[in-house]
Amino acid sequence: MSALSLAGSVRSGERSARSIVEEHLAVIADAEGEINAFNLVTADAALDRADRIDGVVAQGGDSGPLAGVPVALKDNMCTRGVPTTCGSRILDGWRPPYDATVVERLDAAGAVIIGKTNMDEFAMGSSTENSAFGPTLNPRDTTRVPGGSSGGSAAAVAAGFTPLSLGSDTGGSIRQPAALCGVVGVKPTYGAVSRYGLVAFASSLDQIGPFARNVADAALLLEVVAGHDPLDSTSIPAAAPDLLGVLDRGVEGLRVGIIEEISGSGPTGLEGFAPDVQARLAEAAEALAAAGAVVEKASVPSTVFGLSAYYVIAPAEASSNLARFDGVRFGLRVDADNTVDMNTATRTAGFGDEVKRRIMLGTYALSAGYYDAYYGKSQKVRTLIVEDFARAYQSFDLLLSPTAPTTAFPIGEKVDDPMLMYLNDVCTIPSNLAGHPAMSVPFGVGDDGLPVGVQVLAPANGEPSMFRAAAVLEAVAGGPTGAMP
Amino acid sequence: MEPDADTSTPGRITRDDVAYVARLARLNLTDSELDGFTGQLADVLDHAADIEALDLDGVASTSHPLPLSNVLRADVPGVGPADEADHRLFCDEVLAAAPAVEESRFRVPPVLGEAP
Amino acid sequence: MTSETTSEMDGWEVVIGLEVHAELATATKLFSGARNEFGGEPNTHVDPVSLGLPGSLPVLNEKAVELAIRVGLALNCSVQASEFARKNYFYPDMPKDFQISQFDQPINGEGWLELPDGRRIGIERAHLEEDTGKSTHVGGGGRIHEASYSLVDYNRAGVPLIEIVGKPDLRSGEDARAYVSELRAILVAIGASDGKMEEGSMRVDCNVSVRPVGEDELGTRCEVKNINSLRSLGRAVTYESRRQVDLIASGQKVEQQTRHWNEEDGRTHTLRSKEEAFDYRYFPEPDLVPVAPSAEWIDEIRAAMPLLPGERRNRLAEEAGVQPAAAALSVERGLDDLALAAMDLDADPARVLVHVENNLADGQGALTADAFAALVAMETGGDLTATQAKTVLADLVDSGGDPASLAASHGFEAMGTSELEGLVDGLIAEHPDDWEAFVGGDEGERKKKSGFFVGQIMKATRGQADGRVVNEILERRAGNA
Repeated sequence: MSALSLAGSVRSGERSARSIVEEHLAVIADAEGEINAFNLVTADAALDRADRIDGVVAQGGDSGPLAGVPVALKDNMCTRGVPTTCGSRILDGWRPPYDATVVERLDAAGAVIIGKTNMDEFAMGSSTENSAFGPTLNPRDTTRVPGGSSGGSAAAVAAGFTPLSLGSDTGGSIRQPAALCGVVGVKPTYGAVSRYGLVAFASSLDQIGPFARNVADAALLLEVVAGHDPLDSTSIPAAAPDLLGVLDRGVEGLRVGIIEEISGSGPTGLEGFAPDVQARLAEAAEALAAAGAVVEKASVPSTVFGLSAYYVIAPAEASSNLARFDGVRFGLRVDADNTVDMNTATRTAGFGDEVKRRIMLGTYALSAGYYDAYYGKSQKVRTLIVEDFARAYQSFDLLLSPTAPTTAFPIGEKVDDPMLMYLNDVCTIPSNLAGHPAMSVPFGVGDDGLPVGVQVLAPANGEPSMFRAAAVLEAVAGGPTGAMP
Repeated sequence: MEPDADTSTPGRITRDDVAYVARLARLNLTDSELDGFTGQLADVLDHAADIEALDLDGVASTSHPLPLSNVLRADVPGVGPADEADHRLFCDEVLAAAPAVEESRFRVPPVLGEAP
Repeated sequence: MTSETTSEMDGWEVVIGLEVHAELATATKLFSGARNEFGGEPNTHVDPVSLGLPGSLPVLNEKAVELAIRVGLALNCSVQASEFARKNYFYPDMPKDFQISQFDQPINGEGWLELPDGRRIGIERAHLEEDTGKSTHVGGGGRIHEASYSLVDYNRAGVPLIEIVGKPDLRSGEDARAYVSELRAILVAIGASDGKMEEGSMRVDCNVSVRPVGEDELGTRCEVKNINSLRSLGRAVTYESRRQVDLIASGQKVEQQTRHWNEEDGRTHTLRSKEEAFDYRYFPEPDLVPVAPSAEWIDEIRAAMPLLPGERRNRLAEEAGVQPAAAALSVERGLDDLALAAMDLDADPARVLVHVENNLADGQGALTADAFAALVAMETGGDLTATQAKTVLADLVDSGGDPASLAASHGFEAMGTSELEGLVDGLIAEHPDDWEAFVGGDEGERKKKSGFFVGQIMKATRGQADGRVVNEILERRAGNA
């Protein structure tokens, strides 16, 4: 059942929020042991909350657009009094004294927070293998990774633990796991959803977005969490756009370009795209054309430099954002004779290898003598990417690419080779660098029977047309992707 | 932004460089970790060499994806009298979550030197 | 103005540039709604942002920007589009382990400050940044190096600061004191800061170098920190410049260092050398967007600016017909408006300034311009002696009233000239030797003896005699008038 219809049934009094929550808790009890999607299931709080919503309904009050609908949160969103770990030992047991803005919006919309999902430590990774609390497995095939870093949120939706979840996307961390788990995942325009209370990885790239099993549910959740927040200076000063109202408008007349450079189809583009993924992309393009869109090849040349720029900019910002984990005010402390040694012992014990790697990379890129060569240049490449996209969007309304070069890869395959792992993000990174929205829609399966995701990209604030195209692709692909058995 | 950063093609990152940034970042690495990280960081930076070849003279820097400016808040306390109780609770929760507290302050081992 | 001893000691010139941090007088912090108040129970003026909690984000305080622009305008700076940057370093009183500051795009660019003596001291920039928390060192007598542990309070963390970086245009400890004193007066006058050095809301770091007189190139400088009063500023500059000259004189070199001023032993001590300098890894703060104040906003702020101390000195000096420096104390005491109003009512400017400087150190109290002018008129008209006027003035400050009736209630009547002449003649007869010395002595001796005679007369009349009249009588008796 979709989140939309669940909320409708609660609002109408047809179903109780408690029954919905109990049903999902039962699914979790049944399969979570195998998947490890959650760092924490907040069962008691969720049931209490469900009862309160049922009380509002009983008294004829407005229970909100997400009335009684379970939502799982990636474990990097602050929940007051509820542990928030970021998948890291350094925050093990930390209970934030405040709520993230998205949490307040979910509360106001009648949603029921059902738990905190597993993730690559501090959102650094593409497989959810870099969690201090063990890897999450892909519900479609438990020998495979769910993608990352929001692997827990993607897996929780794919496994039917919850109809909705929120993730964060810095270089593809919503879209890539959505593709690998066969669900819908959206990275909104930078600034569309408040980052207040999202533990920062790379501030100029991070963006919160929804996971859902269908496009309409993703639109519903995004409408609830988006909109201006005065607590985030980078928040777009406008109300959330209407998405549900435009979903059925089709793509007639929309101009759609397939980005050659990040779909393995251009002479100057990147390599490493699996043929089955390329085939699904071609079919998706045909489907859009059949629905009345004008589909052509497009070139966004500088996207090939996105990976290099990203792996300088994101670590640079992260090295600074993660300095505060020093053992003084919150989280882990490993004691020592003086504060410098205490800071060092705490961080050495508290951070995993991938986090250390990126902190050092970013520290290096910002340090005296290297700033211009690395950080300075990367900021300029970022400009090139923005300008190339702007040129492309003079000819196109939307762009298209695969979400990831391959379907879900086996657990352990890339975890020891950081560079190989990073290459998984080539299709998703350019949107983060440009601040543009992009979403992954399930579109068939690969030769291995695992889901393939198609990425729809749009210019800033282009979510409405992006969702229209996603709805068309979903309809052609065979309707909503159901929960796995 | 670093005034003395004019190296356009820095050499490959060395073990000493990694040891230096680890110290800057307050991380302690074993010898074998130092070796491993040096190789991995070099791989990533080698990949980034593709942008070194680009002619970026005259290209502006993008540090914010949104072209916003002058985002300001009014000089009004966030904690009003009505929220005083909640603010107290917040302060208590903050101290309760701290590794070590004494007299409502965060306790740390001796600080080695003055702040910069 | 500059002192021989420090500015040109043994053929050396001292070169000083100051970095002044002043807390801005906002109600809330630079990037959040936590209160900006001095003191308070530890860790209560805090919120997620000022504690640097994971997930917190800064939002810039409009008032802080306005005050920074006021400072810029007062210091004749170019007010410009600016950006924030992160200055990265680990320190327990810095909640995020980076400080949000302004680096290559400060809100105020170059400007200048005019000292009361008319010299202009260059300003490099004046930028916004956030303050740190406060550490208390426990054990070891509270000294950082011997403490057994430290306690951190973040009430001050995130308080808005303006950092005013001066050019190396100062040449002595007195220069430095004059500069800081003028800067403080400006900050207070424009409502930007309370300027209290003792509460730490104004802090001074001092860059000192020395060079042979006549040399153009700057010597190696040392930065001196922990200067907590104007007095220590003068002492620290004197000590540090002497130290550097002594080093060079003994064939050694001055090392570029950061040094710590110790108030107790009156010396500076090494904090760290250049080699230990921090690698701050500045980069644009991604959580904040640029601030580009519009011309309209700047004009609006300019239009609302009060008169600056320098302008007030010039105004009063012009009205009183004196040099601006002579009007400094009146302005510093905030009594220039009173003085001008009294002068407007035809009070003698010289007497007005004398009273403001000598008799109104604690402010005007209940004294009105009308009463002040009336009092001065009585004095210059010979109805009151200077001493009597001082007594009446004190009454007016205490409780106001009418100078004439106050004088009457004290029984003050200026002594008649003939009565005084009798007293003077008696005195001359009693002290023939002194009279001899007065009549026949040189200038110095005459002055001394006239002082003696006037003093004796004052004593005899309990201050009711007018000193000027006594002097006139003495001169007449000596055959000089």
